[in-house]
This record gives sequence, C-alpha cells and structure tokens, in this order.
Amino acid sequence: MSGPEIPTPRGRPRIFLVEDHAVFRAGVKAELGDAVEVVGEADEADAAIELIGERLPAVVLLDVHLPGGGGLAVLRGVLPHHPEVQFLALSVSDAPEDVIDVIRAGARGYITKTISGPELLQAVYRVAAGDAVFSPRLAGFVLDAFAHGPAAPVAGLDPELDQLSPREREVLRLIARGYTYKEVARDLSISAKTVESHVSSVLRKLQLSTRHELTRWATDRRLV
Amino acid sequence: MLGGVCGAVSQATGIDVTWVRIGTVLCCLASGIMVFVYAVAWLMIPMEGQSSNIYSRAIRDKRGIRLVVAVLVPVLILLSLITSSLHMPFLGFISWPTLLAAGLVVLIWRNANESEKEFIDHEVVPLLGTDVHGQGRRHLLIVRIVVGVAIGAFGIVLLVEGHTTIAALKPVGGAALVVAAAVIVFGPWWLSLVRDLIAERQARVRAEERGQMAAHVHDSVLQTLALIQRSSNDPQNVVRLARAQERELRAWLFEGRPPGVISDEATMLGEGVSLLQRQVEADHGITVQVVVVGDCELDDALRALLEAAREATVNAAKWSGADQVSVFAEVESDTVQIYVRDRGKGFDRAAVPEDRQGIAQSIEARMGRFGGAAVIRSAPGEGAEVQLRMPRRERVK
Repeated sequence: MSGPEIPTPRGRPRIFLVEDHAVFRAGVKAELGDAVEVVGEADEADAAIELIGERLPAVVLLDVHLPGGGGLAVLRGVLPHHPEVQFLALSVSDAPEDVIDVIRAGARGYITKTISGPELLQAVYRVAAGDAVFSPRLAGFVLDAFAHGPAAPVAGLDPELDQLSPREREVLRLIARGYTYKEVARDLSISAKTVESHVSSVLRKLQLSTRHELTRWATDRRLV
Repeated sequence: MLGGVCGAVSQATGIDVTWVRIGTVLCCLASGIMVFVYAVAWLMIPMEGQSSNIYSRAIRDKRGIRLVVAVLVPVLILLSLITSSLHMPFLGFISWPTLLAAGLVVLIWRNANESEKEFIDHEVVPLLGTDVHGQGRRHLLIVRIVVGVAIGAFGIVLLVEGHTTIAALKPVGGAALVVAAAVIVFGPWWLSLVRDLIAERQARVRAEERGQMAAHVHDSVLQTLALIQRSSNDPQNVVRLARAQERELRAWLFEGRPPGVISDEATMLGEGVSLLQRQVEADHGITVQVVVVGDCELDDALRALLEAAREATVNAAKWSGADQVSVFAEVESDTVQIYVRDRGKGFDRAAVPEDRQGIAQSIEARMGRFGGAAVIRSAPGEGAEVQLRMPRRERVK
C-alpha cells in the first residue's frame, strides 16, 4: 500500500493538531501561521487516528490529556501502521509522570503548552527532521532516572540501553541548565548535528530501557 | 442452573439435564466433595459463545489466588486441630471440600464476566447472609438464630462438661463454638452498624473537603481574578499575577502543598528550590524554570547555597532584561551544584561599580564561608550564568 508521499522537512511541514480545546487549537494555528501547513485537526482519539491515517502529516501535535484514551491511544493507533509519522507531545504540565508514557509509546519530543511561538516552531521543525525535542525538565528527569548504576541486566537486551554515556550525560545536563542545542554544541566544542544524535540516542534509550524508574510510571497506571 | 455446569454436562453426554441435576444434588448431599467438583467444573467449562473460560482468567489473577490461599490455609489448619481434638472426623469430612469450594467461588466471583457477576450478586450472596434485604430476610434471620443457638448450646455443654474427660483442648473448642454462635447471630447486625458509621464519616469528610476547597478558591483564585480586573491596563502585571496564581494552584492541586505557606523551613533541597522559584516569580514577574536532579536534606551549607542561588536569580530578574531564568540543581554524592542562567544582556564583571556588592557579598563570600565556590560566566550580549558548587557534609553511600 503506498499512501501519499511524506513531504521533506524542508519547506512547510504538514502539521496535524490533536487537542480538545478549540481555543488552544486556534492559538497554535495563529502562532505557527504560514510557516507550516495545517492539514487537519481532531479533538478526540478515534477521529484523530482515522484522520491521521488518511492525511499522513509529517508532524502530529498531540495533547497528552485527550478524551477517549488520551494521547497514548492515538500513538498506539497510528504508529504501528504509519511509523513515518512523527509525534510531538503537548502538555499543560511539565511533570515527568505525564510525559514519560507518551515518550515511551513513541513520541519524538515533548513541549509544554506555555511554549512561545518561535520555540514551538523550532520544535516542530526539529521533530519533522527526525530529531528529538527535550525540555529542560525532561532532561532533568532522564538524568535522575538513569542516575543509579545499571539496572539488573535483562536477557536479550543490550545493557548499553540501560545507561547513559558520559557524553550523553553532559549534553543532558546542559539542556537541563537551559542551553539550546547550539549552545550545547559550542560549550562542548562539538557540532550541532552531534548534539542532535546524542539526544536522539538518549530518546531511544528512554523508549527501550527497562529501568524501574521508567517503567514505574507506566505500571502505576496499569498500562503495561 | 447455578453456573450452567449441569447443562454443559448434559449437552456433552446426551443425558437429560434433569437427571444430571438430580444426580449432582444427591452427590452434594452425600459428600461435600461434589460441591468442590462443581466449582472446578464452573471454572473449566467456557460459557456458551465465549472462548476463554473463567479458569484461564482466574489463573492470571495472582492477587485473588494469594488472598484465597492466605485465608484458607490458616482456617484449614485451625479446623483440623479442632476436629482432631474433638474427635469429630465427620466435621472435617464435610468442611474440607466446602471450604475449598468457597475459595474457588471467591476466585470465580473475581473473574466472572458481568452477567455471571450479576447472577452471583442476586442469588448467592443473600444465601450467605451478608446482604440482608429483600424477601429472604426474615427467613434468614430465623435460620441464623436457630443455627447460632444450637452451636452455642453445644459449646456451652462442652464447656460445662470440660476438664474431666479429654485434657484441656476441649474447653478451647467449646469457647470457639460459643464465639462462633455469637458471630452468626449478631454478625450481620454489627456489620450493618459499622457500614452506617463509615458512610456517615465519609459524608462528613466530603463536606469538610468541599468547605476547604471553597475557602481556598475564594482566598486565592477569586482574589487574583479581582486583582487582574483592576490592573487590566497593565498587561505585564496581569501576566505576573496569573503566573503566580497558576503556580500556587498547581502546587496545591498536584503536589498537595497548602497555599500561602511560604516559610524558610524547607527541609529538602528540592523544596527549597521551588520555594525560591515561587518567591522570585511572585516578586519580579519573570518565569523561573526549575530542574532538580536528585534531592537531599538541607543543612546550613546547603541553605547558604540556596540563598546564593536566590540572589543570583533575583539579580538575573532585575538586571538581565530576560523574561526567563533557568535554575538547575543537581545533587551528586559529594557535591550539590546549582546553575542560574539567563539569556539577557549580560555584563562585564570589571565594569560593575565597586559599590554594588551583590555578587561579592551575597554570592561569593556566602559560598566561601562553607567551603563552596561560585563561578560567573558572562559577556555583554551573551546572557549570564552563575555556577555554584557546594561540597556535601554527609555523603550518601
């Protein structure tokens, strides 16, 4: 089955909004303006899954607290069939328990709803290009979760997945301190592309690791 | 009729369902074993039109199994002690299978589907006497009293007769029977009394919570809304008020911190940092973005570190011109570090006039007193970052 071609991140990325507050949807559209092409919007999970499958946007802006199963339901409904669609999670809070589940379910990044217009646009571009977007608070949480030595090794799982490399820790620490990727790159004397690859690798570990600190949020809500 | 087991058996064998039922009832009367067999069959045979049987669901119900085992094992041990001491093997003969069956019924109930649950609620629960309303009520009461009095009388006879015949175990058995009689006669009444009490208390707690909620909403949210209306032509002030209120409300709703209790009595570093955040945001109308990694108890040195961090944050709020300051605190095994960063206009340390002592006194000297250090990185146009590092007295691990 070949759907419509996915546009490259260059030019105007095709955006889909999943958010139950009409006021907020209108606000986001106004802030992003002409820089993106909004191909659709939905206010609950089932409609979102259907429309995203139809229109195949480059980036889905996904409200974490969505009626009808939340953002998780949308991720689980879409990603198995359309792994090329990128998800950027939106939440009113910056609390890790709200965020970690959607990240582990496949979202490429996460921002709070108080984000400014230019920052939002930057996050959208970054996710459209296949990179990860971490807020300082999420970076802090990841440092915390991976702080205590390696977890008990799980058979069949790369032990590397359960630890951060020293370089990844440095990158995360700078992001938690409020540095942009560019500033991180300058501070560590590496290229911005390298910073991005470190962050993407951390995202992968975040999604695949079986560390207790990460699975706790999911099991607490009986999702696993 | 109960779990549909007889129907299933007759369907499989071709024997008329009535005969199967009569046979089952006779077997049940003859020996408690059949009750057990019936319950097992209920578990194993899937309901018509359903692929998974209750058994497959029950076997995954680890908690239910643990619960049943935890209750059954001591009861069975107790029972075998009593029967052996009383020389009444027939009691054990009937009670063993019946108890096992009761355990299975509990498992069935936990894993039954909706229609089965409804059936159990309506037909089985009243039989056990736990739900005494409706038609069977008076009937049940009489049965209960008769059984209770009979057991009680038996127990008293054993008590009176005691001592002379079979050692000391017999009176114990008698006492147990008297207690059992009391429970059977008064149990349900006592249970309903406790239930009423609990319901009443819950209602009172709910009313109190509503009252507190109303008081808080009045003190904080409504006051803030009034302030916002009055300063409607000062957008910056509106934003500041809204932000402070949002922070407070969030702390109250999601972190359980009562509003308005801004004391210096924070005991943990994380608490202290979020206190700092709220104070600076409220006083200076900027956003303070806080990230804390790890946490530890505050001592004098760490309080000094927090004070230095607060000074740095206030400086950034006052002089940088940025609308956001990032505060990052990290607790490591031997040090605690706090970074305060803004993206404002920055400054040249050499150009700061001598009479402005904020950095030297409030930050560097304060850190130095406890063996810590402060490093300030800034250049005009590049924002500023104050890096604070304090060694820890008590080390972890």
